[in-house]
Amino acid sequence: MNNNAMKGRPVYVVDGSRTPFLKAGEEPGPFQAADLAVRAAQPLLNRQPFSPEELDEVITGCVMPGPDEANISRIAALRAGCGKAVPAWTVQRNCGSGMQALDSAARNIAANRADLVMAGGTESMSQAPLLFPPQMVGWLGQLNRARKPAQKLKIASRFKPSYLKPVIGLIRGLTDPTVGLSMGKTAEILADKFNISRAEMDEYAVRSHLRLAAAQEQGRLSEIEPLYDWKGVVHEHDEGVRPDSSVEKLAKLRPVFDGRYGKVTAGNSSQITDGAAWLILASEKAIKKYQLPVMGRIVDCAWAGNDPSEMGLGPVFACTPLIRRNQKKLEDIDYWELNEAFAAQVIACLRAWRSDAFCKQSLGLKQAFGEIDDERLNVDGGAIALGHPVGVSGARIVLHLLHVLKNNKAATGVASQCIGGGQGGAMLVEV
Amino acid sequence: MNGKYQHWTLETDDDKLLWLHLDKAGASANTLSKEVLEELDDILTGVEKTPPDGLLLVSDKASGFIAGADVKEFTEVKSRDEAAAIIHRGQRMADRIEALPCATAALIDGFCLGGGLELALACDYRIATDSLNTRIGLPEVKLGIHPGFGGSVRLIELIGAVDAMPLMLAGRAVGGYKAKKLGMVDALVPKRHLVAAGRDFVTRKPARHQPGRLRALASSRPLRPLLAGKFRKEVAKKASKEHYPAPYALIETWEKHADNRRQWLDAEAQSVTDLFETDTAHNLVRVFFLQERMKSLGKQKDYQPKRVHVIGAGVMGGDIAAWCALQGFSVTLQDREPKYIAPAIKRAKKLFDMKLRPKHLNTAAGDRLIPDHKGLGIEKADIVIEAIVENAEIKQALYREIEPRMQPDAILATNTSSIKLETLGEALDKPERLIGIHFFNPVAKMQLVEIVRTDATPQELIDRTSTFIANMRKLPLPVKSSPGFLVNRVLMPYLLEAVELLSEGNAPETIDRAATDFGMPMGPILLADTVGLDICLSVANILGEQLGVAVPEKLKQMVDAGKLGKKSGEGFYRYEKGKPVSSKDAPAPDAVVTDRLIARLLNESVAVLREGVVEDADLLDAGMIFGTGFAPFRGGPMNYVKHIGEGQFVQKLQQLEKQFGERFKPDSGWKNLQEPRPRDAGQ
Repeated sequence: MNNNAMKGRPVYVVDGSRTPFLKAGEEPGPFQAADLAVRAAQPLLNRQPFSPEELDEVITGCVMPGPDEANISRIAALRAGCGKAVPAWTVQRNCGSGMQALDSAARNIAANRADLVMAGGTESMSQAPLLFPPQMVGWLGQLNRARKPAQKLKIASRFKPSYLKPVIGLIRGLTDPTVGLSMGKTAEILADKFNISRAEMDEYAVRSHLRLAAAQEQGRLSEIEPLYDWKGVVHEHDEGVRPDSSVEKLAKLRPVFDGRYGKVTAGNSSQITDGAAWLILASEKAIKKYQLPVMGRIVDCAWAGNDPSEMGLGPVFACTPLIRRNQKKLEDIDYWELNEAFAAQVIACLRAWRSDAFCKQSLGLKQAFGEIDDERLNVDGGAIALGHPVGVSGARIVLHLLHVLKNNKAATGVASQCIGGGQGGAMLVEV
Repeated sequence: MNGKYQHWTLETDDDKLLWLHLDKAGASANTLSKEVLEELDDILTGVEKTPPDGLLLVSDKASGFIAGADVKEFTEVKSRDEAAAIIHRGQRMADRIEALPCATAALIDGFCLGGGLELALACDYRIATDSLNTRIGLPEVKLGIHPGFGGSVRLIELIGAVDAMPLMLAGRAVGGYKAKKLGMVDALVPKRHLVAAGRDFVTRKPARHQPGRLRALASSRPLRPLLAGKFRKEVAKKASKEHYPAPYALIETWEKHADNRRQWLDAEAQSVTDLFETDTAHNLVRVFFLQERMKSLGKQKDYQPKRVHVIGAGVMGGDIAAWCALQGFSVTLQDREPKYIAPAIKRAKKLFDMKLRPKHLNTAAGDRLIPDHKGLGIEKADIVIEAIVENAEIKQALYREIEPRMQPDAILATNTSSIKLETLGEALDKPERLIGIHFFNPVAKMQLVEIVRTDATPQELIDRTSTFIANMRKLPLPVKSSPGFLVNRVLMPYLLEAVELLSEGNAPETIDRAATDFGMPMGPILLADTVGLDICLSVANILGEQLGVAVPEKLKQMVDAGKLGKKSGEGFYRYEKGKPVSSKDAPAPDAVVTDRLIARLLNESVAVLREGVVEDADLLDAGMIFGTGFAPFRGGPMNYVKHIGEGQFVQKLQQLEKQFGERFKPDSGWKNLQEPRPRDAGQ
């Protein structure tokens, strides 16, 4: 990894908003990914002193756009009123997509290639497509090419019912093809490696729910804009929260990935969810021109690769160099947002940093990196309670971290996430 | 053959195809005026002498092909012979085009209506663009006549009576896709291929379109009476033969003469000539011009508002917002909390689904309607429409809060129906900036919008507001700020009289029947139930107080008993699944029932006119027709008075006053009516 901090002009965050996160049910949710992106953007853009047409570009993270949503960023930008002249592009780094969008925007501003950028992520996991298997696609292709009726009949007769077995896009998307493991299994591997018990994971999950419930009650989620669906229902809050969650209740759930001896359950994993989040990033020039308020500054962003079968440790590999190359120590970070893909994975990261052996061997440090105070980590809950729309979470945690820092009159924060395929992303912000 | 006429241009290309361009001089749209047809007559004589290899009819107007006959000329027709001559000439023109030895085609982009479609139908082929502006139809019945240039004959021949008749009977125009599906046009192409497609058809000369065998069979002699009966039944649901003879005449010419083409064409011409003479046709033509006049009130070209902010997401506010979004405005919709906005979003989706089929346009309309419970849209809006609860203090408090946040030249409009503009304006730094825009329920259906002004309202603001209303395809009607404005004011005594009649023991069915027989679209009792009796009572109370009108006890009793009309399941009628349960045994109304209802409506109309609530009698008529559906074939209340005679009405009122009391006392304004009126529509 190139270990240079981000150079160039300072990058400011001026505003941000997101939709409530909607829990995916058995059926497709009420919104396509582009709908979510548009509805999160509209109130945000409406309250700006500049016109959406004055943005330099729009960058969107999205892992599973719908079949009619190629370059979803452009679709969202046009539909949100940014006009024909504002270019837009989509980024995909799995669970890191939303943060990648912010990083790309920040780097363009730092490099003086842009002054005002809207960046974020959108995902409608409930609308992830069902696909036909390749055999079906091949058969259809042959049938289409056949000209004569006899030929058509011959090909038609080769059809097998198994061709109709759908490929569930969502499950494939959450499976690493290089190691043949679902994301849940990588969490099981970490639980085993770091000796994390089922009870510890469930306790962590309960805390996430209770923290989110408290944040909702005390109005600490001001970045949420209500979503209105066409059935006349308004969605105002993250739907995944269970304020009555308890270790006893979670203990009853069955492991989903490793069979009866596994520990990772639906209750201590992040939820399948729909949502969108946006931030507006600006240069100093744009801030002055439009007299924009400053929420905070994006100082640096780091990406790292690690073993795909231990993808949940990604944050350790990304945060450590990020903090060190900015001449900081773990203790200098006031607040942390560590995306909760799985309770096991978050706990594993914390244990890795506490371990002399791990830090020496895997991070090249002389000793353990340090211990993160529970009261400074995911203080308003995380993806276990509110869900993890994969392309969005990176943007959400950065946005919420800025709110947390402001609410607590703190200065420095790190948002980080593990990324399917064995990567970590981390962003250092200051207010 | 090349040449330039005043309205037509002739151009023969290298393939000996003659392109006949119509670009009516001094007009934004092509119509078949006398001059245009005379020139075409001359052109056709030349074409008949030396026929080209193909002939193509093209419009050079961006707005469309041909909008139809020149309706203005209708009003100048003095005699039956003159009408017959006009129709005969038009019919002959179509016959001559049809008889040309070369292939002929009409190239249609935009509207192609009435006489325009009749000429196109005389061509061998019709090719239309896939533009959303393409509208094709024969709307003549809306003017009290039916096609007369052979169009009714040719459309039935082309696509069969089963499809053609309903279109003509309703005067409905269809878009390009539907026209292609029905066979009215032979090809639907993007505009960039229109010329190439036209050239292809007249040189390749494919077989002309014909109705399928089953459809052709429907026009056969044994089946015609059956089908005609069915058509009559359908028409009768919407319009009676007595009030609207045209559709019935159209069915009859087809039923009687479809076996012999020449006779059929002659019968069509004869029938239209007869219809031309009817009061209904005269009055409907007048209504057409009243509508044009209102549209022209909103034609300030340099004012192009884009952003609308609506405060209050109730039935009115929500539906106004949805309509604005449908019409292309960017709309923010505010209410106190998101939950009050959500139902409006649901209703809006229904409207978009009904009006905007293409998915991308439907999505775009949805994106233009932005729920905004924080009121972020106020700062950027060109127009702020307030449609919150009818309470002066609450409205004033709102104005105080939003005035400083609004753009300095943004329009601030209220949808109030009962509070004086002057009172509301007191809360503003600049009271004269407040204007009323009074929509009617249901917003999507009612075309009229009253623009309420005070004596201090600048004309410039009235003009801009009218333009905004016209841009959203509604009809603006400026009215003076006074109790009930025009429509509710005139309607209220009529509704109250109906309630009075009810409390005297008349059946609701009898009273409603009296009104619908007169030509109202809905009886007053059913109307009151539909509006909601609580709303009626509250408007009646406010108006009654301000105008000294007594409110019948019966209405108060109903509201106290929780019988609020359709919405509560019971009002004067009982409702099952939203439909009134009405008895068929109710006695037919006496003439005095009709007299009492109409007399109060007309007496109030005269009072309104005397007070100058509307500019003149024509606008009053227009307001009542488009705001209440007042019998269009009667041309509006004042036109009806004029037709029957003012003196006779005053007598009737005096008689009713003696019998039923002071509420029938003739208004002092009746005296003014004897004087000549300042202007007449369509002149």
